Amino acid sequence: MQALTCNVATPTLFSAEGLVGLIFLLTILMVVGGALIAVLSKWLVRSVAGLALCFTGVAGLYYFLLSPFLAMMQMLIYVGAVSILIAFAIMMVTQAGSDTRHQRKVSALAGPIGISVAMLFFAGFTILALATPWQQFPQEQEGSTRDLGIALLGPHVLIFELISIVLLMAIIGALVHAQRGRNRGTGA
Amino acid sequence: MMANPIVHALVYLIGLMTFAGLNAAYLVWCERKGAARIQRRTGPCEVGWAGLLQPLADGLKLMTKQLLVPDGVDAALFRLAPVLAMLPGMVALAVIPFGAHLQALDMELSALFIFAFASLAMLCVLLGGWASGNKFAIISSARAVSQNLAYEIPMLLTLITIALISGSLNLREIALDQQGGLFQWNLFRLEGWHILTMWIAFIIFFICSIAETNRAPFDLAEAESELVAGYMTEYSSMGYGLFMMAEYINIVVGACLTTILFLGGWGCPFDVAPGWWWFGLKMYALIFTIIWVRWTYPRTQIYRLLNLSWKVMIPFSLINLLITAGLVKFL
Repeated sequence: MQALTCNVATPTLFSAEGLVGLIFLLTILMVVGGALIAVLSKWLVRSVAGLALCFTGVAGLYYFLLSPFLAMMQMLIYVGAVSILIAFAIMMVTQAGSDTRHQRKVSALAGPIGISVAMLFFAGFTILALATPWQQFPQEQEGSTRDLGIALLGPHVLIFELISIVLLMAIIGALVHAQRGRNRGTGA
Repeated sequence: MMANPIVHALVYLIGLMTFAGLNAAYLVWCERKGAARIQRRTGPCEVGWAGLLQPLADGLKLMTKQLLVPDGVDAALFRLAPVLAMLPGMVALAVIPFGAHLQALDMELSALFIFAFASLAMLCVLLGGWASGNKFAIISSARAVSQNLAYEIPMLLTLITIALISGSLNLREIALDQQGGLFQWNLFRLEGWHILTMWIAFIIFFICSIAETNRAPFDLAEAESELVAGYMTEYSSMGYGLFMMAEYINIVVGACLTTILFLGGWGCPFDVAPGWWWFGLKMYALIFTIIWVRWTYPRTQIYRLLNLSWKVMIPFSLINLLITAGLVKFL
């Protein structure tokens, strides 16, 4: 706790700013910890739980970036739908207690190559981030849902409509499929 | 008169936790009393006057039991799931406006916020069921998730119709928009002819909120006659207790949402003395209806349940959304 408050350099932990800082650090911890669990865990379902934790942390980061709408969508879609779909798929094929560790045969080269590629990427992105002359744009909008809605239905209306048509077709297709599928199967 | 933000947060935190705990405890009592009356029994009457201390005794009993972690379960997830199950309901309570000035956190997207965290509940059921390593638990959590996914869609679609009418996803603004008497409520709104379509939306939303909380007649996830206790089969002590509490808190949240979205929040039907007491009255009336439905109707089958959502509710809520959009646009 001592080191932490020194790091933040804002007032003590028991002020509003201190608490917000602490929550921010927790969010980052969630992202990193969740990602590590997802990668390192021996059991697939734990990996999914780690992934969900990581997604939740990312939603928190969006919230800190003043995009609450994006944060909600992250929760709703990634935590609520994507993680559950993955967990569902895994559950159908495995069971707790049974040995569901990753059984893979990897060559001896995979580790060194993976690490060097990852470090290369990390170095590249770090250099890029440090070398880029970042411009500070004044914040024009609050990033509110209203602004987002106007932007989506204003300049970006074509993309928005195309995506919604694709989604609507998928929903209607699923409904039609559900309506026909069972009758055809049972002959009823 | 905004006090120190931390004091403000602490007061609301303690208040909401008390509210949640008391509701979870005493709704069980209400449920048992209601069930008993419907079945021509008396229900709990030994502990305290009219059995009013029964929840306390139940809580003590649950807490003194051993929290058993059986062999062959995934211990970490097994312990984590019931704790996380409490989270969505508790978080949702923070953004619900119980009165014009009685709200822990006023948020621009509070309605969406509740649904975003509600999806976490599914994950808990799934993880808990899987971690138990029990066939009943896995079948049950598969059922729970397919059911919740199916009923989340019409629920969100009806939420969009409300957002269209109120022009906001802020629960406080949705409620403020409905102040000033019965015919301002979304359910009975004369202005813009919304009274015509809102009934359908209300029925869909109410049925979905029963289904989302896994209550009878949709309690297929914990169908005792076929699945023992579903995803809670392996849980003992407060592990089971937390799942039960989460269920009742979710019922409270569902009733609160229905009150705010359709029944005018804290508004009075005759526009007399609006306040949290009206909110409570409507909310508990809805909860009573949910209990009443549970003990009146038998459990359905999983296929019927899913068909009801995919083939009836979703098309109806889509059509309803279309009509509402037309009404908002052209009237």
